[in-house]
Amino acid sequence: MNDKTKFRLIDILLIIGMILPLAAAMAVKILFTPYEEGIAVHGALVFFTIPMPLQELPIAESQINSWMLIISIFFFCLFMTHGTKEKADTKRQHICEWIVEKTDSLVGENMGEYFKGFSPFVGAVLALSAFSSLLSLLGLYAPTSDINIIAGWAILVFLLITYYKMKCGPLHYLKSFTEPVAVMLPMNIISEIATPVSMTFRHYGNVMSGSIISILIAAALQGLSRLLLGWLPGVLGEIPFLQIGLPAVLSVYFDVFSGMLQAFIFAMLTMMYVSSAFPADDYAARQARKRKKNA
Amino acid sequence: MLEIAIGIIIGCCALGAGIAAIAGIGPGIGEGNAVASACEAVGRQPESRSAVTSTMLLGCAVAETTGIYALFIAIMLIFVAPNMFVNVLLRAIASIG
Repeated sequence: MNDKTKFRLIDILLIIGMILPLAAAMAVKILFTPYEEGIAVHGALVFFTIPMPLQELPIAESQINSWMLIISIFFFCLFMTHGTKEKADTKRQHICEWIVEKTDSLVGENMGEYFKGFSPFVGAVLALSAFSSLLSLLGLYAPTSDINIIAGWAILVFLLITYYKMKCGPLHYLKSFTEPVAVMLPMNIISEIATPVSMTFRHYGNVMSGSIISILIAAALQGLSRLLLGWLPGVLGEIPFLQIGLPAVLSVYFDVFSGMLQAFIFAMLTMMYVSSAFPADDYAARQARKRKKNA
Repeated sequence: MLEIAIGIIIGCCALGAGIAAIAGIGPGIGEGNAVASACEAVGRQPESRSAVTSTMLLGCAVAETTGIYALFIAIMLIFVAPNMFVNVLLRAIASIG
């Protein structure tokens, strides 16, 4: 066997590391989900709560799935990038380089020269969001249909926005609230808070509404097939034949397309908000003034 | 009497959810305009197709926000609110009598 295409032991270990967390999440789901008659709409299952000084900290299905996914993506990255050489000679490395180049060019186009170092963060957000939505294809509870997970990401983006707005000092930041006229102060504060809220609700609302519509249609098809095909003898009458097929077609839109689109939009909005929060002209003027003072 | 009160709560929640869904008109018109303009732009300059498409998707997502808020309120009214309001009513009755 050629050295280039050799499949080493470490590859197998890393692939096991990729699959094992997801399998563990599925096992947890199978073991701990209580049996329910029919189809019901409910939020993430809370496994246990940790007592905390202010409020109890619930550990829910979505958190477990999210962490398992993070571990899985970590092993996937290790699998893709270990043993890379200066001159790409494996398919794996070509794929990696293509992904990195695409992310870099996306970030470069949308954020400009100053934010070139942002591409790992944007890539991480994109991958986490996309794979979180895709997790529902494995029958797991998608972390993106829990508002708390998305709110966490949105708060992270909000902190980044505030950090870059403060680049010219806190006074400049506070002054920016009274920008056109001082009367606009409450409006500016509301629009500042509205950014993470709207980011949260956009992603969460899209994914969760898709899953609820899927559940409702599956339930309706079950009822319909009982109504239309209930006369079939014996076990045949019990099988919901109409449920075969159509929910899968809907899942292609609601789980795959909608999830991918929302991941892309979340990443794009992150880039746009962060890059537009940075007062480039004022920052350059400030740096020039500093340099003059020092010289 | 309690049955009537609970019935009114559930009915009003469903009605409120239906009224909230009227907000879907706004994003529908907005996204329609956005896509129409994007189609015109692609027709005029077919080579800028990918840039126009990604910008359009982003704009659509931002225009969609109000619709998503309405949807969120509708879903809360259907799945969460009736339970909560009935509990409030029962607690109030318990505290009175």
